[in-house]
Amino acid sequence: MTRILAVDDSESMRKMVTFTLERAGFETEEAADGVEALDKAQKENFDLVITDINMPEMDGITLIRRLRSLPDYRFRPILTLTTEGSPEKKREGREAGATGWIVKPFDPDVLIQTIRKVL
Amino acid sequence: MSMDLSEFYEVFFEECYEGLEVMEQGLLNLDVGDADVEAVNTIFRAAHSIKGGSATFDFNHIASFTHVMETLLDQMRSGERRVTVAAVDLLLESVDCLREMIDATRAEEPIDQARVDDLQQRLQAMLAQGDDGEAPDAPAPAAEPALERHGFRIRFVPNEDLLQSGNDPYRLLRELGRLGDMKVRCDLSRVPPLDKLDPTRSYLGWDIELEGDVEEEEIHELFAWVEGDCELVITPLSEAEGAPVAHTAPDTTPDTAQPEAPAEAPPAAAAPSEAEAGTGQGAAEAGDGQARAAAAARPADKPRAPAAAKKPAKAKGKGGESSSIRVAIEKIDTLINLVGELVITQSMLGQFAEDFDMSQIEQLRDGLSQLSRNSRELQETAMQIRMLPISSAFNRFPRMIRDLSAKLGKKVELRITGENTELDKTVLEKITDPLVHLVRNSLDHGLETPEERRKVGKPETGVLELKAYHEGGNIVIEVVDDGAGLNTEKIKAKALEKGLIGPDDKLTEEEINNLIFQPGFSTADKVSDVSGRGVGMDVVRRNINDLGGQVYVTSERGKGSTLTIRLPLTLAIIDGQLVKVGSEVYVIPLLSIDESLQVNPDNINRYKGTLDLYKLREEYIPIINLPEMFDIEPNAKRLADGLLVVVQSERRRVGLFVDELLGQQQVVIKSLEKNFRKLQGFSGATILGDGTVSLIIDVPGLVRQHLQGASTPDPRTLAA
Repeated sequence: MTRILAVDDSESMRKMVTFTLERAGFETEEAADGVEALDKAQKENFDLVITDINMPEMDGITLIRRLRSLPDYRFRPILTLTTEGSPEKKREGREAGATGWIVKPFDPDVLIQTIRKVL
Repeated sequence: MSMDLSEFYEVFFEECYEGLEVMEQGLLNLDVGDADVEAVNTIFRAAHSIKGGSATFDFNHIASFTHVMETLLDQMRSGERRVTVAAVDLLLESVDCLREMIDATRAEEPIDQARVDDLQQRLQAMLAQGDDGEAPDAPAPAAEPALERHGFRIRFVPNEDLLQSGNDPYRLLRELGRLGDMKVRCDLSRVPPLDKLDPTRSYLGWDIELEGDVEEEEIHELFAWVEGDCELVITPLSEAEGAPVAHTAPDTTPDTAQPEAPAEAPPAAAAPSEAEAGTGQGAAEAGDGQARAAAAARPADKPRAPAAAKKPAKAKGKGGESSSIRVAIEKIDTLINLVGELVITQSMLGQFAEDFDMSQIEQLRDGLSQLSRNSRELQETAMQIRMLPISSAFNRFPRMIRDLSAKLGKKVELRITGENTELDKTVLEKITDPLVHLVRNSLDHGLETPEERRKVGKPETGVLELKAYHEGGNIVIEVVDDGAGLNTEKIKAKALEKGLIGPDDKLTEEEINNLIFQPGFSTADKVSDVSGRGVGMDVVRRNINDLGGQVYVTSERGKGSTLTIRLPLTLAIIDGQLVKVGSEVYVIPLLSIDESLQVNPDNINRYKGTLDLYKLREEYIPIINLPEMFDIEPNAKRLADGLLVVVQSERRRVGLFVDELLGQQQVVIKSLEKNFRKLQGFSGATILGDGTVSLIIDVPGLVRQHLQGASTPDPRTLAA
């Protein structure tokens, strides 16, 4: 069973992602910020991490950098959730080591398709 | 790949079947010559959808087969190729093959690879032929024609640290392969010797040829995440390039016969490993930078048998039976409204339960009759939900008639009316085979050849009509032809020969004609492979009877024949007449009952010492003594003290002798086979209001049994 970690400070966002992913058969865990995410990621092995950028405590960019320094997550797919018109954010994510991005608001089908491509 | 897509499979398959129907109808209606662009486009789009969907679900054998069909259709819609009869025929055959592939895939069974390959080759051959129909020069059948190829050449060389971002060239190539036909060649020039090789870095590059209906935009989108981290050069494929010998049929298992260096990718296509090991590892395992990998990787490919095994075990019925149904939303809305009203009635009645006294009896009665109304409406609406238009059964006939009439050398015009008439889904599914047989029969034996028709002054093209309409609680389906009609003399002779009738039996012409439904009956001189083996008509009748329906034929020599099928609108609930036989209660389906009457002893006649007949107006009707048949002690000791319920089936009437008539009510049919076992003479059982079980009498079965070959006797032969 594929396990995905969804990170976003907005609860509704997390719920929507979880709902979409679980309906497609992925097991999903949630985290509300980078600190919680890092903690969970180290405790359990996730096949994929999706994270928002703007979060309290620890933002997405920092989270990605920290994840990349963990041996288990060096080559794992990590995706950022970004809004459409921000190529800078996309680039920032990439430079931090993100695999790619998903644009929000997201179409559930597109989300699933993108994830399938990455797994 | 751990994603479970099985819940989406069934929807996909249904969409495929719909698409196939669109394609078939479209092809049948296509005019030869310059293509009607819109018409071809519709067919093309259906094929394109099927291709796209099957690729998404990794049914690559379906995708690649459809792709070849799509290519041919594309040429037609762009005007590059005219519509020819040969092309349409080939595409129709391919639609059949595709349908079989989908059936097999859905049932998780192996596909007929030989057929697929054959058709694929023929499609390729047609593609190779120019529009003017000239055969290609190349001798080898699988030779690649010098076609203009649509697609792109892509050079993809990831930067060494691409893997650090969690991206994986293997996945990218896999996705690229979904866009079209792909040939990949791996560039190993940068791979360092083993002792200097870092498995976390990427040293490979790829030269890819991607052929198909692909936009450059799509390719860029695919590489969007890595465009900054690699060398990516995309150029359109040039025109009329000498194609390499390897075939483009991507369905063929990739083999090592390709002269060029096969593509490199993680060795086990079936086990995409974590990105960590990645491509670097794969290269190392291939050894010393040698270009021969064990299998040219087609990352999106899956061998067929394992693919079948990989799919989750979801046993589905073969053929057209599925366990889902599309329903018009209005029907659901009506249902929901009625349920609402039922709830209101129920709560109203519930109040009486609180404290009730006899002064409220009228209101209680009102409430109960309201309840009865609600139930009835609800039940009718629920039954409607299971109903589908008969068009899905009729839709196969244009194609069938086209093929059959060609085979038989006859000219036929098919007219369909009432295709929107609705009937229960299960009945619909089961009526299709009998219908096919009847139509085949009409075509084979009913309609004459053009010469024969000309001789008798008929137009060369015969007419076959399929009609459907509602009548009473039934749906009536007619198969009408304007052919030669039944040869009553021949039938009578055959029946005599087979001992189905005696030489003294007097039958009406209609009765003789309907003998064709007797087992073993066939007057065909030789058995054509279309029909005429003599096992058909009686099976058709039995199947229709099993559905609670009837079938009979009416015919006029020289003018034509009409086969009439009458089916109940629902299998599950019927209106029944309760009758008392001794101490037992039975149910007779109301639709079968013509009339009920008190027995007048003067009208009883004994025929040949064994059969009792009742003279009803001008007719003599055999009496079936139910108490005797069921071995029950009747209350009426003599026939004269009881009642006769006259029932009919297939235009033959018998009288059922019972003690008395009880009420009429709707009766829910419970299957005997499921709960007990099949019983001769009964078509099911039901539970009455008082909880007792009541058996439902199988009228067609009884009629068939008692009138096996026997005619209604001629009154003149009776003793006075």
